[in-house]
Amino acid sequence: MSSVLVYALHKDGVINKNSLGAISEGTRVAGELGGQCDVVVVGGADLTDETLAALGNYGASKVYKVDGPEGLSQPVIDAMAQLIKTNGYSNALFGGGLLGFEIGAGLAARLEAGVTMEVTAIRVENGKAVAERPILQDSQISTSTYRGDVGIIIGRINAFEVKETGGTAAVEQLPVDFSPFSLKAKMVTRGEQRGADVNIEDASVLVAGGRGLGEAEGFKMCDDLAEVLGGAVAATRAVVDAGWFPYAGQIGQTGRAVAPKLYFAAGISGAIQHKVGMQGSENIIAINKDSNAPIFEFSDLGIVGDLNKILPKLTEALAAKKAG
Amino acid sequence: MKICVLVKQVPDAAVDKRIDPATGRLDRSGEANLNPYDTHAIEAAMQIREGGVTPVEEIVAVTMGPAGSERALHKAVSLGADRSIHLSDDALAGSDVAATGYSLAKVLESENPDLVLLGQQSDDGECYTIGAVVADHLQMPSLTQVVKMDLADKVATCERQAEYGYDTVAVELPAVISVGDAINEPRYPSLKAIMGAKKKPLDVKAAADVGIDAGKVGVDGSQVSCGDFKAPPSKESGRIIEDEDTNETVAEIVAWLEERKLIA
Ligand SMILES: Cc1cc2nc3c(=O)[nH]c(=O)nc-3n(C[C@H](O)[C@H](O)[C@H](O)COP(=O)(O)OP(=O)(O)OC[C@H]3O[C@@H](n4cnc5c(N)ncnc54)[C@H](O)[C@@H]3O)c2cc1C
Repeated sequence: MSSVLVYALHKDGVINKNSLGAISEGTRVAGELGGQCDVVVVGGADLTDETLAALGNYGASKVYKVDGPEGLSQPVIDAMAQLIKTNGYSNALFGGGLLGFEIGAGLAARLEAGVTMEVTAIRVENGKAVAERPILQDSQISTSTYRGDVGIIIGRINAFEVKETGGTAAVEQLPVDFSPFSLKAKMVTRGEQRGADVNIEDASVLVAGGRGLGEAEGFKMCDDLAEVLGGAVAATRAVVDAGWFPYAGQIGQTGRAVAPKLYFAAGISGAIQHKVGMQGSENIIAINKDSNAPIFEFSDLGIVGDLNKILPKLTEALAAKKAG
Repeated sequence: MKICVLVKQVPDAAVDKRIDPATGRLDRSGEANLNPYDTHAIEAAMQIREGGVTPVEEIVAVTMGPAGSERALHKAVSLGADRSIHLSDDALAGSDVAATGYSLAKVLESENPDLVLLGQQSDDGECYTIGAVVADHLQMPSLTQVVKMDLADKVATCERQAEYGYDTVAVELPAVISVGDAINEPRYPSLKAIMGAKKKPLDVKAAADVGIDAGKVGVDGSQVSCGDFKAPPSKESGRIIEDEDTNETVAEIVAWLEERKLIA
């Protein structure tokens, strides 16, 4: 059977948007393969039958609900391996994020199957799904073809569009015997929000700071510039991990995705995991002292220089302009 | 306890990376070095050893790669590993992520470590999932992108950022942990350590030495093949200004913003 199995990530009873996109995409691909798209979720009582049946609205035929710990990869690998062995899916599909990468890779090991990550497009060729993935800082696109019975596809964040089709899915409780080692990692706290609750999603101008700011105090330069531009301040994972900026203001794969009118990147290298959260911005300006920084590949205006020299003067000039 | 650190030799950051059209693989000629992310994994191992809470008998650096990958192992040893293992076999060339993880797991099986550490990603293949593959083969719990790790009583309490914020996960050892680059600030090797690195034991192993099934590795054993390379839709390249006179640079930025009506 050429059907597709999608893992749906959730927290507090709400299914992740990237998983909804994966269900829509899985449904499209399954349609071309002549099968159906089923979904698996692993969690507790917060996943109600109503929530799960509603995944039919994105195309899911059947949703398997597994009682187990949420937010950890290995219990999900057990569940998916079991389902693939009994139902014979041709593809396992994950939306972008982090957990799906761990599950998909572990599943590849378990099933001795091929896996491709950061996938941005899926096509069906000769009755099989093939996956396109950008490589080498997005300078090339490579196409993965799968041998074997199962192909594992891990999407890039926001790669798959969420499409509402109407309909409800059948929900089935699935008992799974977890492997002993799958229960040896235990969630202590999940999804802790570090730092203040900053709002970046509504801003039409974002001044984002990275490790190039040098220290937490460097964000003062971003604050000042954001103020004269009438915008908000955002950040990369590197500086959030370092405790320089709140998690709520992080852009990228495990942060937020934004598309402001202006994205001003200061001291940011432009890693793919950051790019995926801001590449939809209308105008991108970057200041970086390294002329080879990847961010210049997707900036509309790139300034090669020291942000410590440029930012204060720019803020001053804009303030003077406003006053005058 | 014994810690194995997985490391990889990658093209130097300064080398222009490209796909060899003949093989469809990354062209690995040119200057190569230890994957910078791996230095954080070695440092994490060293900090456990120096922390004194958990005695560490041995830190072993393990790599799989073509001849010449000793360079990365020497660097790993200069940063603190006691010895190293180089899995090298023509049969392994062209292995995909799953086959590579399987092969590394076979080496690790013969070492029987209490903790396997690795870096958050490789600088060349843009892959951050090898730890999960290795863990499943070893039947160990695993976690990736860990930025804080406290070890006590055979449990690693790990923090990492995932989709919803920071998770704290208690992982029972033996385990496979990939560490993020925020976990520590790797030390620089001393001149003495650099000089001494070549004298530390380096075992070269072939696939058969660690019981790798040749049918599961290399180009033929891999379940996914990459090809059909093409350029992405081209985007008009932006304007670049080299900052020489900052007043001038600022004036240009202001004009650019004004032109696009981006000044509030
Ligand atoms: C699974 C996974 C998920 C991830 N998720 C995210 C995510 O959601 N968001 C995210 O941002 N990252 C994420 N990352 C991390 C990402 O790969 C990069 O490590 C991170 O984005 C780098 O942040 P940075 O640009 O601030 O730091 P760096 O890469 O260190 O770049 C700093 C830049 O500042 C420049 N610089 C230094 N000094 C100056 C100066 N004085 N003037 C001008 N320029 C200067 C340097 O040239 C350099 O280019 C993720 C990684 C993984 C593996």
